[in-house]
Amino acid sequence: MEKMPKSESVNRKINKTIIYVVCISLAVLSILPFWIMFVNATRSTPEIQSGLSLLPSSHMMSNLRVLLDKSFDPLQGFMNSFIIASSATLCTVYFSSLAAYGLVAYDWKLRGPFFTFIMCVMLIPAQASAIGFYQFMYKLGWTNNFLPLILPAIAAPAVVFFMRQYLLATLSIEIVEASRVDGSSEFFTFNRIVFPLMIPAVATQAIFAFVGNWNNLFMPLILLTQKEKYTMPIMVSLLRGDIYKTEFGSIYMGLALTALPLFVVYFLLSKYIIAGVALGGVKE
Amino acid sequence: MRRKHVSYSRFGYIFTFPFVIAFLIFSLYPILYTAVIGFTDMKGLIPKPIHILDNPFQNFKDLLFDNPSFRKSLINTGLLWITNFVPQMLLALLLTAWFTNKRLNIKGQGLFKILLYMPNIITASTIAVLFGSLFAYPMGPINSLFQMLGWTDAPIFFLQDKTTARGIVSFIQFWMWYGNTMIVLIAGVMGINPALFESASIDGANGFQTFFRITLPSLRTIMLFTLITSMVGGLTMFDIPQLFLAGGPDDSTLTTSMFIYGQAFKGSYMYNRAAAASMIMFLISAVLAGLMFYLMRDRDALKLKKIQKQKHKAAKAAAREV
Repeated sequence: MEKMPKSESVNRKINKTIIYVVCISLAVLSILPFWIMFVNATRSTPEIQSGLSLLPSSHMMSNLRVLLDKSFDPLQGFMNSFIIASSATLCTVYFSSLAAYGLVAYDWKLRGPFFTFIMCVMLIPAQASAIGFYQFMYKLGWTNNFLPLILPAIAAPAVVFFMRQYLLATLSIEIVEASRVDGSSEFFTFNRIVFPLMIPAVATQAIFAFVGNWNNLFMPLILLTQKEKYTMPIMVSLLRGDIYKTEFGSIYMGLALTALPLFVVYFLLSKYIIAGVALGGVKE
Repeated sequence: MRRKHVSYSRFGYIFTFPFVIAFLIFSLYPILYTAVIGFTDMKGLIPKPIHILDNPFQNFKDLLFDNPSFRKSLINTGLLWITNFVPQMLLALLLTAWFTNKRLNIKGQGLFKILLYMPNIITASTIAVLFGSLFAYPMGPINSLFQMLGWTDAPIFFLQDKTTARGIVSFIQFWMWYGNTMIVLIAGVMGINPALFESASIDGANGFQTFFRITLPSLRTIMLFTLITSMVGGLTMFDIPQLFLAGGPDDSTLTTSMFIYGQAFKGSYMYNRAAAASMIMFLISAVLAGLMFYLMRDRDALKLKKIQKQKHKAAKAAAREV
């Protein structure tokens, strides 16, 4: 590095100060709403109404009691969301890897058109087909069933796209040929040799598929009408309902309960999540 | 070694078969079904046989010309998307320029990235309800904050005013997504050939010149990707406005997805109208995506291709590879 004139170094110091101030303010802006949420979950409704505080109070248990009294069943919601999100994630990563492998490893006539087709499907918003989807599921008798929330996950074009890019970069076809020589069937080769090779890509996509399915509100709201089938986001939406209107403490408590597991998972996996967003973004 | 006599190409079809089947059943059929419903008089809770209207485009006509609520929802969707996307992109670009500038060498980058991305991971419905409570009237955390700072004397009824309500919805979207955009852009910058930056610095380019002449043009594909995913996301914006204010006040935060949901599933069972609205939304997203692909196409690369085509065959092949 060459030496700089003094004025430039002063300038840079000012610049850097501005940058740090902006970054720190943005970081505070990210944390503050959640902080208020956790703090208010421990405060009583009169305390919350009397003004803002950044320090927790002692009403956590009473808020929790009020919340649970009003037929808010976070455990049930958790179970439902978990069943849906994890099954959908499994479908997405396995079948997308399979399709991506089919695209990369074999030379078939429709390979090019199929890839273009996947690119186009990526642009279709799910809401555009919601009415037909609902009518179809209604006729099948699949409303209030988790299957229509899980099975469509088999066709996840963005994930196929991602997996294809990953395979193009990492898969050497010699391994596949070697296992053929050893007499392994194509499916066996995929399951035992190729899929394990794809684990890093599978892991990042699994995180996103899981979070996406966990957070999905539109489809479950349309399809699930029985209380026992409600997912976490639907339960959260009920917190806005009349029975909680005056119980601010327990609303915050409910929000905190639904956000807490996501926070825990996020901070445990944040490194991979950030890397995954980055990988997923570079689509060329 | 055995010679390759067996053709494995059928496995290409077999391995992509589950995807195709799931797509046909759960996407294509519902879309076609939705399109058909858009031309019928299907409404009410009890399903009736499908009956195409005498004037098949009646639902579309009604929506576009006689339904102020639908028109409003389209305008709102566009407005909310633009007001959150433009600042989101600008801030993400600024942060990208800072975080990828080796000379600045910002410390704690990892932590900043983790914190700025955080709002994106939390359930949108949680965030909507949370902000609804934060902006509560007359006593909510934000009102307390404003009074503490001496910005206002009387509490502000944020959620009653169209402008502030829209502003808050658009702010939430911005707040949830700029971190995501930033990380995607940073990854894009890391993918640019470092030699480009080196030669620019040898030529004496300053920070601005490097950013506008090298970084931005090299990010075109990534920007196109961000633009299109954000647009599809913006067109289908649902969770935040639905749970934050349920479209109010006076339909000022009603989005197209909410309109569709409201028509079909909130007690009025107007499936035909909702289906027609879905098709209009689908067409708009298709047209906009096509337009963006066209506008963001690589003009220089196209020109280059033309020139090189006239040149040597090998050069032509190489140009195609790129």
